[in-house]
Amino acid sequence: MKFGSVVGTVVSTINIPLLDDHRLLVCDIQDISGAVSGYTIAVDVVDAGPGDIVLILDEGTSARQILGRDWGAIRAVVVGIVDELVVDSASLL
Amino acid sequence: MQLARVLGSVVATEKASGLDGIRFLMIQPLDKYQRPAGGTVVAADAVAMAGQGELVYFVSSREAAEALPERFVPVDHAVVGIVDQIHLGEEE
Repeated sequence: MKFGSVVGTVVSTINIPLLDDHRLLVCDIQDISGAVSGYTIAVDVVDAGPGDIVLILDEGTSARQILGRDWGAIRAVVVGIVDELVVDSASLL
Repeated sequence: MQLARVLGSVVATEKASGLDGIRFLMIQPLDKYQRPAGGTVVAADAVAMAGQGELVYFVSSREAAEALPERFVPVDHAVVGIVDQIHLGEEE
């Protein structure tokens, strides 16, 4: 999984049917210092929103497993909202 | 998934089997501020209605083929949606 933060949302009415029932979040991908190395548009399954620090899964088979289906063009999913990040006994959030 | 701008369409008569009937688009991947990021790629159009100039999002790698009616096809990028709006920031 990748670590990052939600920075926005995407509104889309024309899309593949798989995405009809899911919010799409624009997520920055970050390292533990907060430096941004890129972004992804991820499907939300945990009701995350802009400002949340999140865990982003970026692998297709696992993503489909989370949505309970064995096929579908989905790869990036926000799978958790981070409460705390501790590195070397120091809380970084 | 990443954002992209549709630059145009690509027509190829001779194709690998499995690609018949699929529209192909030339797209320019964008960063989250909709600035060009990286080189252009050719993507299958899984929504079948994306047109030139539109802001879209696409999926890459193995999952691209999953967007198409026939799922075992040699496709590595697929446009899976057309963007109406992007909200950046916490104003929502």
